[in-house]
Amino acid sequence: MKRLTAALSLAVLTATAGPAAAGEELFIYNWSDYTAPEILAKFEQETGIKVTLDVYDSNETLLAKLKAGNAAYDIVVPSHNFVPILIKDGLLQPIDAPKLGNYANIDDRWRNPEWDPGNRYTVPWMWGTTSFAVDTAVYKGPTDSAALLFTPPPELRGNIGMFKTPEEVTAVAAIALGLPQCDDAPKDLKKVEDLLAAQKPAVKIYSSEGIHERLASGEVAMHMIWNGAAKRARDVRPTITYVYPKEGVLAFMDSLAVPKTARNYKNALTFIDFMLKPENIAIQSNFARYSNGIKGSQAFLSPDLRDAPEINPPAGVKTVFQPVCSDQAVKLRDRVWTRLFQ
Amino acid sequence: MTPHRATLLGIAPTLLIIGVLMVVPMIIMAAYSLMEASSFGGVLPHFSAEAYIKLLFDRDLDDSLAFDPSYMIILWRSLRIAGLATLITLCVGFPVAYFIATRPPEQRTLLIFLITIPFWTNLLIRTYSWVLILRDTGLINTVLQAGGLTDQPVKLLYTEGAILFGLVYTYAPFMVLPLYTSLEKLDFRLVEAARDLYCGPWGALRHVVLPLVKPGLVAGSILVFVPCLGAFVAPDLLGGGKELMISTLIQLQFTSSRNWPFGAALALVLLALVMLTLTVSAVRQARATAEGGH
Repeated sequence: MKRLTAALSLAVLTATAGPAAAGEELFIYNWSDYTAPEILAKFEQETGIKVTLDVYDSNETLLAKLKAGNAAYDIVVPSHNFVPILIKDGLLQPIDAPKLGNYANIDDRWRNPEWDPGNRYTVPWMWGTTSFAVDTAVYKGPTDSAALLFTPPPELRGNIGMFKTPEEVTAVAAIALGLPQCDDAPKDLKKVEDLLAAQKPAVKIYSSEGIHERLASGEVAMHMIWNGAAKRARDVRPTITYVYPKEGVLAFMDSLAVPKTARNYKNALTFIDFMLKPENIAIQSNFARYSNGIKGSQAFLSPDLRDAPEINPPAGVKTVFQPVCSDQAVKLRDRVWTRLFQ
Repeated sequence: MTPHRATLLGIAPTLLIIGVLMVVPMIIMAAYSLMEASSFGGVLPHFSAEAYIKLLFDRDLDDSLAFDPSYMIILWRSLRIAGLATLITLCVGFPVAYFIATRPPEQRTLLIFLITIPFWTNLLIRTYSWVLILRDTGLINTVLQAGGLTDQPVKLLYTEGAILFGLVYTYAPFMVLPLYTSLEKLDFRLVEAARDLYCGPWGALRHVVLPLVKPGLVAGSILVFVPCLGAFVAPDLLGGGKELMISTLIQLQFTSSRNWPFGAALALVLLALVMLTLTVSAVRQARATAEGGH
């Protein structure tokens, strides 16, 4: 499906490509189903630069492609936790974002992020959160704590869906327990294991696919979910509520960056500056249904997305960005997972 | 051209395909299983037997080894479910194959054709359809509740039963087809003779039919058991991921566990089990043929 969408977007692109000025080109390498075809068409029309889009499905794929050294991409979109790895391995080149014309549009909150101090290499693309949603037709109580997910009340027991990706499940469990991310203390991981093992009999399914569909059909009444997907579930079943737990919410941010091997550095900067305009990034948000980090883009969002509680976290919510974990932390996480499902 | 050279030339494409598509990937897999895991997936080119040690032992922080049965439990679960699925497929497939083999020839062609129809649709789509049928808000539960047979939905999906059902559904044709081939060649006059000699229907089945269709029985069982052992789609979609199977465990090693050597080692263990099954049945077949004097 994703691949099909990508192929279609490519077809649309080729069909709508404007008069390319003197063979100016831009090669974008982005996640599949994650680039609004309209925005690329608009960029081509405004600049005359011909865009080619290629897609990947994981940060590991991106890393491997860039490490191989012969990929001539001008724009890549790594997740926050992979940005430091790409920088450390010398795979990105500086863009000095503060010197870009539209840099001032970036929300103060997303300037100078922990994974790229001073925005030397990246600017924000899309960001979202990983939490859970509950059907308030089934459960009437308060929805403000991660305890609801991990120690569910009787009406939700046996009616719960969890992700089956160890990194996300253990990260959310660690936040619920007030533990640091990527913990490599065995006694802490034991607490995570105990929490998940106690929850397991109440869980109906562990799966990371078809989530909003399962919630919308009423197959489960509570499910771990990303905020964008929760919005889609609520579109079908209005009683679905996305929970921002008081303990904190797991967040991710994908950023625009320029690989060292880029052949069209100048065009890449043009594209990045273009995407920092609120009216442009809003087109992208409307397509992907995720928030962006640009001030003033609200006005250009489709009304139903603009007012959605899923993408507008309540004030004071703590966002936790998971870094890339050490080998030792991954090993412990793996052990927790194996014991849980052996 | 000498006959010898012609033979070589004739089998060259086969050798090339087996070599490139089977032997080379297996050598790469074996090599990976003996290397060190790299931090973000992939391997480092240092020799390490860690992946094989991990199959049975858990290495503690102080480097001491403790016996860890987790992976053996998972492996045993896969073996048990594959064995059960084979047995059920046999019980379901045999009457079907027998029925088809005893129809007039022109009907047989049509019936065999019907057996192959499910293959026209992608496995993933067929399995996902069962999710829609079996789930709490699905077809079966809706009908049961509308008919007043139950108040609460019956838990059908996300159980071991659902996994078994999915496997039997997927692989039943692989059992029916070889059984049918054997049964078709069966001389039914022998069955009549047995009945004339006061042998009951079960006796005729046991002493006449089963020994004669044994090759089809063995072939069908292998064709079902081997893919069931490594099946990924049915356990993943119908089982609800509440228990790891060998296939899901291998997938995990190449993704979030970032342990390619261990994933490769597990895949080799699976391969060894399959080879063992095939070898045992081949040896027994050879022995039976030698003793039977055919």
